[in-house]
Amino acid sequence: MSTSTTTPAGPSAAATDSEPRPRKSSTGHVILAIVSWVVGIVFFFPVLWMVLTAFKQEADAYTSPPKLFFAPTLDQFKEVLSAGAAPALLNSLFATVVSTILVLLLAIPAAFAVSLRPVAKTRDVLFFFISTKMLPVVAAIVPIYVVVNEIHAVDNIWTLVVLYTAMNLPIAVWMMRSFFLEVPGALLEAASIDGASIGRTMREVVLPVVSPGIAATALICVIFAWNEFFIAVNLTAAQAGTVPVFLVGFITSEGLYFAKLCAAATLAALPVVIAGWVAQNKLVQGLSFGAVK
Amino acid sequence: MTTTIEAATAPKRAAKRPEHGPGSKADGWSRRFPLLPALVFTFIVTQLPFVVTIYYSLESWNLVRPGSRHFVGLSNYAQVFTDSQFRQVTLNTVVLTVGSVLIAVALGLLLALMLNRAFPGRGVVRTLLITPFLITPVAAALLWKTTLLDPTYGLVNFVLKPFGAGHTDWISSFPLTAVMMAIVWQWTPFMMLLILAGLQSQPDDVLEAAGVDGASNFAIFREITIPHLRRFIELGIVLGTIYLINVFDQIYMMTQGGPGIASSNLPFYIYQRAFLGFDVGQSAAMGVVVAILTTIVSTFALRLIFRTFSGNEASA
Repeated sequence: MSTSTTTPAGPSAAATDSEPRPRKSSTGHVILAIVSWVVGIVFFFPVLWMVLTAFKQEADAYTSPPKLFFAPTLDQFKEVLSAGAAPALLNSLFATVVSTILVLLLAIPAAFAVSLRPVAKTRDVLFFFISTKMLPVVAAIVPIYVVVNEIHAVDNIWTLVVLYTAMNLPIAVWMMRSFFLEVPGALLEAASIDGASIGRTMREVVLPVVSPGIAATALICVIFAWNEFFIAVNLTAAQAGTVPVFLVGFITSEGLYFAKLCAAATLAALPVVIAGWVAQNKLVQGLSFGAVK
Repeated sequence: MTTTIEAATAPKRAAKRPEHGPGSKADGWSRRFPLLPALVFTFIVTQLPFVVTIYYSLESWNLVRPGSRHFVGLSNYAQVFTDSQFRQVTLNTVVLTVGSVLIAVALGLLLALMLNRAFPGRGVVRTLLITPFLITPVAAALLWKTTLLDPTYGLVNFVLKPFGAGHTDWISSFPLTAVMMAIVWQWTPFMMLLILAGLQSQPDDVLEAAGVDGASNFAIFREITIPHLRRFIELGIVLGTIYLINVFDQIYMMTQGGPGIASSNLPFYIYQRAFLGFDVGQSAAMGVVVAILTTIVSTFALRLIFRTFSGNEASA
């Protein structure tokens, strides 16, 4: 970084540059690198600010100009946890994990049936799955509420489990299908010549190849389920409220105190940020229904 | 490509076990069996409620007035289309969706071009850039409403102060813009990742050949990169539209659709009608209208996804 002299494209710069494009001065490189870092930090800054504010006393959070340095404290986190964040975190964890397991149990066989051993109308089936994602939830929430209310399942965590499973299933089928299609045909051919049953082929040939894909699919489902708010706010209350619902209740009862709500928001966002960092290479594949790899 | 090869070899495999050959009843069911649980589950949970919504939309039914329920035919729809608030909210939805998607795509394109070149710490910068997308939308909206857009203590006004705009009350003066800021911040990373995937799938040899031929970087970008990126940008636009037509969390947290209905979109307005007004018939009719509008958009989306990205199951 220190050698920002204006030398024209030297051989050393060309050697480290993996880009095929020639004729770039090293100064240009340094400037672009700095710009990229600045842009990255600007985009990230609200997140950093949230985390910093979470460790402030309220007095430090309300200053103009904003304070970057302060004596950190855990008081806000303690208050958030004592205000009932723990049950909400457990509810979110339960709804997320159980729905993701159900999604995988349903989606893996289904994806198999629209990829490696396709049913007759594969295209229609895929079309059906994806079209359910495009129907706005708001158009179905009233009857869902009426039915859930009728069977006394309002504010029951299993209601969310069922609905989150339905919400993520289409994405998982599409994603898993794109992973199944990557299984080399020669491997399957060999297994079928050996006379292996479908079950054995799945266990010993297909699953080892697609297991990274299963992990990626699971992470995408975790992110969506954890962040979901609309269904949760309409169908849960004190008992089964998830983290986003807790956040709303928290600011309603405690008021908009910056440091406290930043602590709550940090706790709410943290698990998914970590999951997303792990899954970042597969995010696009998940959100584009497996269309883009 | 791969499926056509498989299809060609299938009869050979079948010849060994004719009783389970493709097309036979047993074979059909053994193929269908793994699919059925997912199919039936999805149908029951996502399609039946919608059918019921259509039925409700033909009734006058308010939850707080028991016994008020009766069949009214299409009059809910007549009311929806003469409701000036509904028109305003529809317009808000279009502005919010189109505005957010286009800004996010434009910014995402710039960021993707930036990240497509090697520089020290590129992986870290990429991780920083995708983080906004991962933040729980409710938490992100809360963050924007308070520590970022607060008129006195917010970071945005602090940054804008030198430019003479340091005392704007964004949430009450520009509610739709404020909501859009939060949405664009969260969705730009997605567009960036999508377009970056497009950039990285460019065939290196074509770029290299163009460079050797003496084409300028700008000419390469215009003649090769942009046409190649087109389908990725299109996909970004349709996917963004599908996800953002249904935006709810940011509006709920930041503005509650207000002041008045200035920042309400269709999902939020329907939510208010259903869960604060308890008007089942009206909200159901609006839900049906929204579903029809979304279906029109998603038909384009589906066609795009099938045509340009998954052409390989044409034989299926």
